[in-house]
Amino acid sequence: MKKMPKWADVLLIPVINLTLAFLISGLVIWAIGKDPWVAIKTMVQGSFGDSRGLGYTLYYTTNFIFTGLAVAVASHARLFNIGGEGQATIGGLGVALVCLALPWPHWTLALPAAVIGGALFGAAWAAIPAYLQAKRGSHIVITTIMFNFIAAALMGYLLVNVLKEPGNMAAETRSFPPGAHLPTFHEMLAPFGIAFNKNAPANISFLVAILCLIGFYILIWKTRLGYAIRAFGQSETAAVYAGISPVKITVIAMLISGGLAGLMAINNVMGEAERLILNSVEGAGFIGIAVALMGRNHPVGVFLAALLFGFLYQGGAELALWESIPRELIVVIQGLVILLTGALDNMVRAPIEKLFLTFGKGEA
Amino acid sequence: MDFLTIIQILDSTVRLATPLLLACLAGLFSERAGVFDIGLEGKMLAAAFLSAAVAAATGSAWLGLCAGIFASVLMALLHGLASITFRGDQLISGVAINFLAAGLTVVIGQSWFALGGRTPSLMGAGRFEPITLPFAEALAEVPLIGPIYSELISGHSILVYVAMATVPLTWWVLFRTRFGLRLRAVGENPGAVDTAGISVVRLRYTAVIICGVLCGIAGSYLATGLAAGFVKDMTAGRGFIALAALIFAKWRPWHALGACLLFGLLEAIGNRYQNIDILGVTLPVQFMQALPYILTVVILAGFVGKAIPPRAGGAAYVKER
Repeated sequence: MKKMPKWADVLLIPVINLTLAFLISGLVIWAIGKDPWVAIKTMVQGSFGDSRGLGYTLYYTTNFIFTGLAVAVASHARLFNIGGEGQATIGGLGVALVCLALPWPHWTLALPAAVIGGALFGAAWAAIPAYLQAKRGSHIVITTIMFNFIAAALMGYLLVNVLKEPGNMAAETRSFPPGAHLPTFHEMLAPFGIAFNKNAPANISFLVAILCLIGFYILIWKTRLGYAIRAFGQSETAAVYAGISPVKITVIAMLISGGLAGLMAINNVMGEAERLILNSVEGAGFIGIAVALMGRNHPVGVFLAALLFGFLYQGGAELALWESIPRELIVVIQGLVILLTGALDNMVRAPIEKLFLTFGKGEA
Repeated sequence: MDFLTIIQILDSTVRLATPLLLACLAGLFSERAGVFDIGLEGKMLAAAFLSAAVAAATGSAWLGLCAGIFASVLMALLHGLASITFRGDQLISGVAINFLAAGLTVVIGQSWFALGGRTPSLMGAGRFEPITLPFAEALAEVPLIGPIYSELISGHSILVYVAMATVPLTWWVLFRTRFGLRLRAVGENPGAVDTAGISVVRLRYTAVIICGVLCGIAGSYLATGLAAGFVKDMTAGRGFIALAALIFAKWRPWHALGACLLFGLLEAIGNRYQNIDILGVTLPVQFMQALPYILTVVILAGFVGKAIPPRAGGAAYVKER
C-alpha cells in the first residue's frame, strides 16, 4: 500500500490537529462570552512580549522538555508512562536532599550532584512499575497511576512530619543554601550586556534540558541500546528473536524515563522555589504526555511542543490576570491536544491519507 | 471504641463507598466489553458539575441527576468515538477526557456562577435528602438491632440504595442474560462475536453508554448527595480508586461491592482519625490515603491472587477485510 509523504505525517497532521484544538478552544472562549481574538493577543503578548514573560515561558518549557522526553523514551519501547507526575515529585525529593545535605560552595558543584540526585530518585520511583510490568505482567499504566497517588501521599507525609523546619507553619523544607542557587537568565546574560528580567525564573536548567534533547537523539537513533528500545517497541516477538531481553529493555527504558522526569526537579525545585514545597510539579508530568504525543517522540518535536505548552502555561496565567478567564482553560486545551493527536488521530489521518492517495500519485 | 462509634464509622463507610461503587460498576461494564476506561474520574467530575449547576438553577435534585447523567454520557460517547469508531488508543482517550472535564468544569463554572469554579450551595430539594426507612424511629431504641437499622441502614439518600441495588442487577445482567453473555464475549474474543453475526461496535457502544450512565449517577451523588454543590476537582481521585477497586475485585460485581466498602472504610477511618496507633506503630493519615493504591499494586503484582483483565481489553477491534 502506498503511503503519504513523510512531511505530511510529521508536519501536516500535527498542524491540523493543533488547529482543530485551537478552534475548539476558541469556541469555548467565545461560548463563555469572551473574545477569542483578544484572548490570543493577551497570551502572545504575555508570554513573548517582554523578557519577563519570555523568562516564564522558557521556565515552563524546560519543565515540559524533561517530562516530554520522559514519556517519549518510554513510548519508543511502547510503554505508556503516565507516572511522570510521581517520578518528578520524588525527583524533587532527591534534589532537595542533595541540596540540603551540604553547604554547597558553588552551583557548579551543586548542579551535577542535584542532577544525579533527581535522576536517581525519579528512576527509582519508575523502577517498581517497570519491574512489575516486565516480570509479573502488571499493566504499567495502572501501576504508574497508582504510584502517582502514592508519591503524593509520601510527599505529604515527609513534608509535614519529617522535612519541615520546626516553627514553620507551611509544609516545606528550609531554603537551600546560597551555594545551591542556579544562575538565572538574568545572571547568565548580564556579562554579555544583555538585559533580562530579574524576576523571571528561567535558569541554567534550560541548557541542561537542551543537552538532554541532544542526548535523547543520540541515544535513540545512534546507539545499540536505542536500537534495541525501538525494535522492542515495534515488535516484541521480533525483538526476542533478535536476542533482545524484554525484561531488560522494559526496565532500562522505564529507568531512563523516570530519570528524565526526576531531572525536572533541578528546574522547579532547585532553580525556582529553592526549597521543596507541596505539589511542586503542578501537573507538568501529565503535560509531558501531550508534549510527547504532539512531538511524535522526536527531540525536535518535543522541543517545539514543550515551547507551545510553555507559551500556553504562561499565556494562561496572563489570561487569568487580565481577561479573568480561569487558568484551567489551558487544561482544556491540553485535553484537546491529547484527544486529537493521540486518541482521535485516525479521524484526521484517514481522510488525508485518502487525499494523498487520490491526488498525490506524482509526489508520493 | 464503643458500639456507637463503630456504627458511625460504618455509616460514613457506606456513604463514601457509594460513588466508588457506582464508578466501579461503570468501569466493570466498559472493561468487560473490552474498552479500558481510565476516564471514570473525568466523567464523574463532569456529572458532578452539571448536576450541581442544574440543581442550583432549577432547585430540583432529580433534574440535576438527569443533567449529570447527560454530561457523563456525552463524555462516554466521546470515549466511544475515539476508541471504537476511530480505533484510537483507549488509555490516551481516557487521559484526555480527564483533562477536558477538569478544565471545562472550572472554565464554564466560573463563567456561569463567577464563584471561582464552584456552584452555589444547594439547599432543600436541590439535594438528595436522607430517607428514613419505615419503622426506623420506632426501632431506634431497641438495643443492637435498633442503631444498626436506624443509623446504618436507614437514613441515606436514595442514590445510596440505587448503588446497592446496582450490584445484584449488574451480576444478573452480566451473568444471566443473553446481552451479558455477549458483552463478556466481546471483551474476551470480539472476533468470535463478530462471526456469530453480532455487531461488536454496537455492543461496545452500549457498554460505554451504560458506563456513562453509572458514572453520571456517581458524580451527581457526589455533588447533590454527599456534598451540597460542586467544587473544583471534587472527585479527588475517586475515579482512580474505583479503577483500583475494579482490579481488586478482578472485574466481578459482588467483589466490587466488597472492594468499594473496604476502600470506603479506609477513607472513613482516615477522615475520623488523623494518626492511628496499631501495636505501638503509628500509621500516619497519608498512609491510610495511599493504602487503596498500595493494595492495588500488590494485587497487580500477583502476590495475592492474579488479576487477569478481559483478554481483548485495550485493543480496538478491526473487522477482517
